Amino acid sequence: MRPILMKGHERPLTFLKYNRDGDLLFSCAKDHTPTVWFADNGERLGTYRGHNGAVWSCDVSRDSTRLITGSADQSAKLWDVQTGSQLFTFNFDSPARSVDFAVGDKLAVITTDPFMGLTSAIHIKRIARDPSDQTGESVAILKGPQGRINRAVWGSLNKTIISGGEDAVIRIWDSETGKLLKESDKEDGHKKPITSLTKSTDGSHFLTGSLDKSAKLWDTRTLTLIKTYVTERPVNAVTMSPLLDHVVLGGGQDASAVTTTDHRAGKFEAKFYDKILQEEIGGVKGHFGPINALAFNPDGKSFSSGGEDGYVRLHHFDPDYFNIKL
Amino acid sequence: MAVEAATQPSKVRWGELEEDDGEDLDFLLPPKQVIGPNENGIKKVVEYKFNDEGNKVKITTSIRIRKLANARLSKHAVERRSWPKFGDAVHEDVGSRLTMVSTEEILLERPRAAGTKPEEAKAAGDPLAQIGKGGAALMVCRTCGKKGEHWTSRCPYKDLAQPIESFIDRPPSSETTATATGATKGAYVPPSMRGGGAERVGTDMRRRNEENSVRVTNLSEDTREPDLHELFRPFGSVSRVYVAVDQKTGMSRGFGFVNFVNREDAERAINKLNGYGYDNLILRVEWAAPRSN
Repeated sequence: MRPILMKGHERPLTFLKYNRDGDLLFSCAKDHTPTVWFADNGERLGTYRGHNGAVWSCDVSRDSTRLITGSADQSAKLWDVQTGSQLFTFNFDSPARSVDFAVGDKLAVITTDPFMGLTSAIHIKRIARDPSDQTGESVAILKGPQGRINRAVWGSLNKTIISGGEDAVIRIWDSETGKLLKESDKEDGHKKPITSLTKSTDGSHFLTGSLDKSAKLWDTRTLTLIKTYVTERPVNAVTMSPLLDHVVLGGGQDASAVTTTDHRAGKFEAKFYDKILQEEIGGVKGHFGPINALAFNPDGKSFSSGGEDGYVRLHHFDPDYFNIKL
Repeated sequence: MAVEAATQPSKVRWGELEEDDGEDLDFLLPPKQVIGPNENGIKKVVEYKFNDEGNKVKITTSIRIRKLANARLSKHAVERRSWPKFGDAVHEDVGSRLTMVSTEEILLERPRAAGTKPEEAKAAGDPLAQIGKGGAALMVCRTCGKKGEHWTSRCPYKDLAQPIESFIDRPPSSETTATATGATKGAYVPPSMRGGGAERVGTDMRRRNEENSVRVTNLSEDTREPDLHELFRPFGSVSRVYVAVDQKTGMSRGFGFVNFVNREDAERAINKLNGYGYDNLILRVEWAAPRSN
């Protein structure tokens, strides 16, 4: 395959997200402007100007009209996808890290970093249908985990929130009462900070990637460990194919150590693993730095990766990918 | 595509044109016209621009639009396709080239070359296996020490052993101990003080390297030991194949060694394969230089 290279960002990529139809790709980077691209040919559709810090993550509503972004400028913003105009700003006292719309797009979960004596927190916000009715009040604020919460997403039926972060523990919270329901145990769980968390298409299981050089597949309901994928580099980003039983891990040596070694030793490929057999299928090379973000098109026929090198690489699979055998 | 040239010469002076590359003059041009697509799916785009000589040029581009049978797009996705650009994308220069198709063909690289497994099985079934049957003592794995089971290059415990990166540059005995002790102390250990295991490895290696060793250089990066084995097997029984691999990257360093059981076979292989085109490179095959120590 010949990947499409998108060079719209001047700083390392942080997050990638496809909309539900798979025709738009949203990219966030440490420069301050999230960008939307056409996912088929990589043409830039527009940018969302207004943040004043690195943008850590984004989510798009199911009907692709609203975008929410979380940024290090201590705010999360709601945008109109079509025009790029700001609809609302949620202000916090510390950088916003992870954002995720609930099913139905009436709620959103936003995590904030520990900052200046404040502990990290998970905020649940109500999203109004009409942006003029939008308020900044939190429905609930969950606190407890030590260190940064790198990712928090909604569990099945919006009843739970799954979070993972620097303390390497995966937690499942009750989204209504704010109570902690489950924690991953020490033996099964990750040993180092969790960098990424992705749900499967049906939400029945989710995948976490960690700096302990592994990715783990968990059951959403019971938080039991299903599979472990071991690799030889820290994992920064994970994604799952919605079409085949494939798991993709991206990462590479720490960005600060890249210049000290040969680029071939950095292992900046996106690694494909068989979801069930836990065996490596192959690697896709291309980035000049660690991969920070990965996303699979909802149709499963293409995926994109965003790297520390500032490039988004959009890969449309060759036909032979779909009948690859171990 | 049809180009109808030079409808009228430009009235602007050439000096100005040179300076701002004609880009600011675009407002003088008639706007872009899009006609169609008609019932045959043919769309016409009429554009005007200044060519290098400053002449106004009309460019008519005819595009046939075909519907892809397989493309399933939602109504909303089709609608989004025609959304106007916003933000920074509005003022995008033509030359900025934010989106490029990679010039490089990227493949999903398999950890094993496809078909490696069956090939290995075949190789084991051929002359090597016969030698193994003839004298099990000949087939000693230097990695794990098992006799008559497998060759060193196919040792299943290879990964557990100390890696042997190169064996022509440095004497192997010192190297293996250096890696072994380097991890613990990092200080130099004189040969007499080293563990017995290392000494045994050293003598073993000297024995295997001195006879009928053929050095193969200018190998392509993709060449692996089974490939070399396949290449050299027709000349006679091969006792060992080794491809030097970069320890850090796991890539081939472009040279390797093949040991033959019989010297005549090795000679024939050198005569035949030196200068042989293999995987887009020309192989150089020669007797391995005897080691200095």
